[in-house]
Amino acid sequence: MIRPDAPVLLEISNLHARVEEQPILKGVNLTIRAGEIHAVMGRNGSGKSTLSKVLAGHPAYTVTAGSVFYQGADLLELVPEQRSRLGLFLGFQYPVEIPGVSNLEFLRVATNSRRGQRGEEELDTFAFEDLVRERLKVVQMDPAFLDRSVNEGFSGGEKKRNEILQMALLEPLVAILDETDSGLDIDALRIVADGVNQLAGPDNATLLITHYQRLLDLITPDYVHVMAAGRILRTGGKELALELERTGYEWVDQELASLGREAAEVV
Amino acid sequence: MPAVVMPNTADWLTELAGVPLPLRSQEDWRFTALAALQALAPEIWKGADPFGQLSLPAGISLIGADEAQVLRQQGLKATGGGDAWSVLLNQGASPRCLALRVAGAAGPLQLHLDAGAAPGLLALQLVLVLEEGASLELLIQHGSRGPNATSLVTVAQLARGAQLNLGLLAPGDARASLLSHLSISQAPASSLQVTTAVGGWALSRLEPCISQLEGAAQTRLRALQLVDGQELADTHSQVRFEGPDGQLDQLHKVVADGAGRSVFNGAVRVPRSAQQTNAAQLSRSLLLSDRARVDTKPELEIVADDVKCAHGATISRLQQNELFYLQSRGIGAEQASRLLLRGYCEEVLRELPAAAAALNPLELLLREHP
Repeated sequence: MIRPDAPVLLEISNLHARVEEQPILKGVNLTIRAGEIHAVMGRNGSGKSTLSKVLAGHPAYTVTAGSVFYQGADLLELVPEQRSRLGLFLGFQYPVEIPGVSNLEFLRVATNSRRGQRGEEELDTFAFEDLVRERLKVVQMDPAFLDRSVNEGFSGGEKKRNEILQMALLEPLVAILDETDSGLDIDALRIVADGVNQLAGPDNATLLITHYQRLLDLITPDYVHVMAAGRILRTGGKELALELERTGYEWVDQELASLGREAAEVV
Repeated sequence: MPAVVMPNTADWLTELAGVPLPLRSQEDWRFTALAALQALAPEIWKGADPFGQLSLPAGISLIGADEAQVLRQQGLKATGGGDAWSVLLNQGASPRCLALRVAGAAGPLQLHLDAGAAPGLLALQLVLVLEEGASLELLIQHGSRGPNATSLVTVAQLARGAQLNLGLLAPGDARASLLSHLSISQAPASSLQVTTAVGGWALSRLEPCISQLEGAAQTRLRALQLVDGQELADTHSQVRFEGPDGQLDQLHKVVADGAGRSVFNGAVRVPRSAQQTNAAQLSRSLLLSDRARVDTKPELEIVADDVKCAHGATISRLQQNELFYLQSRGIGAEQASRLLLRGYCEEVLRELPAAAAALNPLELLLREHP
């Protein structure tokens, strides 16, 4: 939902970042307002995942230039846990398995971290169980997964559902979903997309990072951005994703070449 | 009045064991100094018999002293543990002995073998005979609050189809030592799980020696050892397959902090007769300090040619990707580290016999207060 007068939640300007010595982001500009759903597409190595990790504060990435403002505050000054508590959420492409840490306990501690930031009361074990059982419905998840270790032995689809369950509990203002559709069969994809649609509202925003149109058949984006060589090359509406599906990415190379820049693939 | 000359502890220990103290030049003791043991007063522990007030659940009966000694000798011979220094020392230190026979499915048993604050060497022997098809869940809890040493020799025999789930929960004291030798022989179709959780001792040495007498049995070993400060924890395990179709699943985990030192040596012996053995051993060590030290060594001796024997060893710090995942969910770095450490330990602790849960093993071992 595009409302030009909606408040800006995330403002990315000329963002440059590197991992180890390799520059990956080379001048990303992106403005996200409340209520909007953005999709970032692009080939492997275009910098999509790096963008999501830099926004979440992954320690392996170093920002070398540019700025990111989140609700008017300098996001890059904040440690990852503060970003999360303030309502920035990253859905992982590869959710991490943590043996021995109970999923339920993990979800409770995470939820209470966010609640504490919002000045809400911490939930005890019993109150949290009520909340989590209600939120499980968003992703049609079996409560048995609460008793297991975090993501341990979960299938690809179960891991992604667990990500969306975390999103449902943390109620983020900006949710960045990094290839949430990868590794999902069509039923799991529908459930996950359905969950994201339920959670999207006029006061929050979603940034979908994806390779494929099939996710965008289920979640309609307001904006589609094409990333290449570490920056956003073109922005359009949902029709841009359909065009990509039809024509592929060859025009990207031509455009980069015509810009006289090197279309260096980065990992 | 003539002065009473106290012998020095090393001489006293030598006299008890009937052989000299192990030297660092011996491979089995290469990383393990006995300084903590030698710092103790040379005396036998004088306290109430830890086996004194025991009520046995149905299915468990006492074995007489003479028969117990015969069974003990037999058991030690079967696993080759009879010559171990820790066993010789134990035998020389006037051990108190508990010998039990288990028939059918016995109720869970718990032994609280706490040396408390009293000084000296506490020597204990436990002999277990599990008859055909018998099953037992046994939790042994050690503890100490003073300058003492606990020596326990456990000898168990599992008849065909018997099942033993043995847990050893041993939070210690920085002045105290624990020497625990386990000698367990398994008949075919028997099933054994040994879960050990040890931490906080100046010196601990665990020696699980398991022999599948004719193969075709199941052995599952789970261990967690924690060291901090100047502590030293050593596990020397040995599993022997004397026949085909045996199975072993072994996980040994370490948390090393402070200037602590951890030693693991995991021997697996698969002679020619032990075809179709399926053994897996994994050693995982978490190094939390630059001053801590971990020595880990798998020792696989495989002669049979048709076997699966996997082994692996990892030594690492807390995983950055796990920490970041938790932080990205609003969990602060310190709390995230704590959660990961607890999870790491919990993977072993949750396998202790059910009675352990009520003792809060994680809090006991991490020395935290719930």
